[in-house]
Amino acid sequence: MRAVVAGSEVYAYTGSRPVDAALPTVLFIHGAGNDHSVWTLQARYFAHHGFNAVAVDLPGHGKSGGAALASVEAIAGWIRDFVDVVSIDKAALVGHSLGSLAALECAARHPERVSQLALLGPAAPMTVSETLLDAAQRNDHVACELITGWSYSPGKQIGGSQVPGLWLTGNALRLLERTKPGVLHADLVACNQYSAAEASAAKIRCPALAIVGARDLMAPSKNAQRLIAALPDAKVVTIPDCGHALMAEQPDAVLDALRAFLYSVSPAT
Amino acid sequence: MTKPKTTHFDTLSLHAGAKPDPATGARATPIYQSASFVFPDSDHAAALFNMERAGHVYSRISNPTCAVLEERIAALEGGVGAIATASGQAALHLAIVSLLGAGNHIVASRALYGGSHNLLDYTLPRFGVATTFVDPRDIDAWRSAIRPETRLLFGETLGNPGLEVLDIPRVAELAHEHGLPLLVDATFTTPYLLQPFAHGADLVFHSATKFLSGHGVVIGGLLVDSGQFDWDGGKARGKFPTLTEPYAGFHDMVFAEESTTAGFLLRARREGVRDFGACMAPFTAFQILQGIETLPLRMARHVDNARRIVAFLAAHPMVDAVGYPELPGHPDHALAASLLPKGCGAVFSFNLKGTRAQGRKFVEALKLFSHLANVGDAKSLVIHPASTTHFRMSPADLANAGITEGMIRLSIGLENHDDLIEDLSRALHAAGKA
Repeated sequence: MRAVVAGSEVYAYTGSRPVDAALPTVLFIHGAGNDHSVWTLQARYFAHHGFNAVAVDLPGHGKSGGAALASVEAIAGWIRDFVDVVSIDKAALVGHSLGSLAALECAARHPERVSQLALLGPAAPMTVSETLLDAAQRNDHVACELITGWSYSPGKQIGGSQVPGLWLTGNALRLLERTKPGVLHADLVACNQYSAAEASAAKIRCPALAIVGARDLMAPSKNAQRLIAALPDAKVVTIPDCGHALMAEQPDAVLDALRAFLYSVSPAT
Repeated sequence: MTKPKTTHFDTLSLHAGAKPDPATGARATPIYQSASFVFPDSDHAAALFNMERAGHVYSRISNPTCAVLEERIAALEGGVGAIATASGQAALHLAIVSLLGAGNHIVASRALYGGSHNLLDYTLPRFGVATTFVDPRDIDAWRSAIRPETRLLFGETLGNPGLEVLDIPRVAELAHEHGLPLLVDATFTTPYLLQPFAHGADLVFHSATKFLSGHGVVIGGLLVDSGQFDWDGGKARGKFPTLTEPYAGFHDMVFAEESTTAGFLLRARREGVRDFGACMAPFTAFQILQGIETLPLRMARHVDNARRIVAFLAAHPMVDAVGYPELPGHPDHALAASLLPKGCGAVFSFNLKGTRAQGRKFVEALKLFSHLANVGDAKSLVIHPASTTHFRMSPADLANAGITEGMIRLSIGLENHDDLIEDLSRALHAAGKA
């Protein structure tokens, strides 16, 4: 799917299916330096099982044009603009890492547009180390290496992909390397500066789900506890032996958690 | 300062892709000798078929033992993933048919393995894919051979049998200027000596029969994707519809959208291996894995032995033109020093002075060197290319490929170097008296 939002062309993956206004929609929002492709296994499932699945490339990322947005609040506003443009009245928001914060903020600001909220690898604050910020600001390859090193659990650093023949950390590194200059730094600054998570969580009125990796070094699960506690109606799924790259490390466990959550409101067809 | 975590090559050679078997605790990678895999339920089965879940369905498409090998070679090459194939030839074929169709064109080095030359020069034209062969050292020849319908540039890291060193950075740059990927056959070097992706290559394949396995008991190939090529960007846009347009054979999947980095591998597995069927057997994958575990140790020994034998032959009165790029007189000496600082492998050729009869006598007099059509075995090997591996080529093509009637190709094994030199010395003496 392609659309124009705020004057820039936007790409969104839909699992090779057209968006059907009669179906409920689940909107996937990727994290820093990533794009829609981190979601394709899960998104493809929902696209073929009763939902419109829409996995966006945020501005400046992947196949989308425009500049990277400077704050979580700006990304939340962009999500609202996007669903307006593509005529999605209401969507379940599923966000990963930076995308989880943007989904949270969007749901807090625009509750009428959000049916359910799933936060993968959230943290509040989502503090980013000075070393990583500095490297990203220089567009230094070290930034990609640091993120890759911190995003996978120790077991998966050595492989064992559920997708046959895929070298997970190499794949993650290549995706980060494709990020346009300045985009990764903008994303990390947005993570680092966002301070409204607990206040926004308290405003959420829709069902919420948090999926955390027990071995997450990038956004340690203990840093998500206050955010999760502030959500009025939240379930938590902790995936053992899993790091921050949840969808790549444990695609089936993530899918199963999302299925149980999303079908609890929108029945399977 | 915080530094990125790095797992070194030697460690990856032993561990990448593998973990103790969760069912039994077996430390070695099990041989999953099963054609198919049970579905937990109908929904799971449908999701596996439609690529909504990851996993194994049928061993022609993927197999757990083969998957460990695929991850391992991808890790060692610095790629995003790989596909294990029935042979190196199958890997080359898979790369080509995943990208090209009738009407498309390849520019290839003319210094290729004879089997690759056969596929490109004699077989693929029947399917509408033409190839122009160029001197791999002549960058202008590469450039001028590119046509609007060209879709692939292809060469070997070390040419066969003359050891022409492919200038990967320059050829890759040229390819990318035209929106084309560079495919490299890295069989002779293995990732221990050279990682083509780090120099700009986009796809790599191996005959895993050779140094990767090392034992010479299996036939297998590996096709590795760097994940670096943008199939839908810049001058590549519109050139690769197999990756960028909906594929009716898989629910209109657009592979380059399904995976930003590994769309090529998706197509190659979901169409290429599925339909052409040249998959690797799990027992073969297991044996190649055993070989790769010791790849760094073996390659260091191969190169050390090769250097000693090159020095011996270069000084022998019955030998001229030892073709090893580390020798100062080799045309690619400087390039080899840059791309191959750990060595130029263990396969090289030399010219024996004298008649064809003396050449035959030399080969027949060798005791440790086995006369056969293979390279990269743990045991030392010898062959006469003009009458065997390249026998289909015309005299003019042989000359273009740098092959002379007196050329002898050696593949240096892991034996004691003094024993190998003694064997060569005795055979040279016998040839001299013939």
